[in-house]
Amino acid sequence: MKLFRRPSSDPLWRDEFSVSTADERYVNRRQFAKFLTLTSLAMAAGNLWIAMRGWLYRQPAYPRNLVAGVDEIPVGGVKLFAYPEAQDTCILVRTPANTFAAYSQKCTHLSCAVYYSKESNRLECPCHQGVFAIADGAPVAGPPQRALPRILLEQKGSSLFAVGIDLGERA
Amino acid sequence: MNTNAPQRRGVTAIDGALALIAVLLMVQIWLLSSTLEEFLAGRRDAATPGAIISCGIFLACLGLYLLIERVDAEVRKD
Ligand code: FES
Repeated sequence: MKLFRRPSSDPLWRDEFSVSTADERYVNRRQFAKFLTLTSLAMAAGNLWIAMRGWLYRQPAYPRNLVAGVDEIPVGGVKLFAYPEAQDTCILVRTPANTFAAYSQKCTHLSCAVYYSKESNRLECPCHQGVFAIADGAPVAGPPQRALPRILLEQKGSSLFAVGIDLGERA
Repeated sequence: MNTNAPQRRGVTAIDGALALIAVLLMVQIWLLSSTLEEFLAGRRDAATPGAIISCGIFLACLGLYLLIERVDAEVRKD
């Protein structure tokens, strides 16, 4: 900072705040444009990351786990189980049509646990009233947009086995 | 205010470019969220076109940003 100031027509504040309003408007716009462009770069990076995950995706080898005995569940009854890992909770339903259907219990909206409603024969999510069809796990009401991952079942004698997961194309 | 005519024109050009960047960014945000939604639903075929379009949008934004820089530099020269 200058110790002695030459007497000039400009007031002192002009020396100390030397950015004019017009210049400041330019700088603000430029900075804002830079910020938007960097945000755009982040979005593109996100899309590239998704694409890379797609390219590197390998169908995982799912184990074959015993889920339940056929007679263990009454018609309209359910059994909770974990598949493929201990933290992946799933729900097995014996439908009124006497068929078995199993889905991941994690709601595709915000991951609350879905439960089976015997009255409506649907899977319901208590968090935001999401509803899924029991036949294919497709979303039928509420905020969820994606179907519940379906657990592939195999019946051998009187035992039901989980053999895989179908993320499916069910909208 | 002491803005002169070339500066005003410069500001208008910069404003236009900024508005275009903002619109492109909105499209890109929508693209990212819908690609992610598709990916999580197990449909991976949307990921590659999504990435290509998103990169294209970014390049357009970058071009507009460079245009803003140039206009700004030119107006300041006057
Ligand atoms: S978490 Fe299930 S509907 Fe929102």
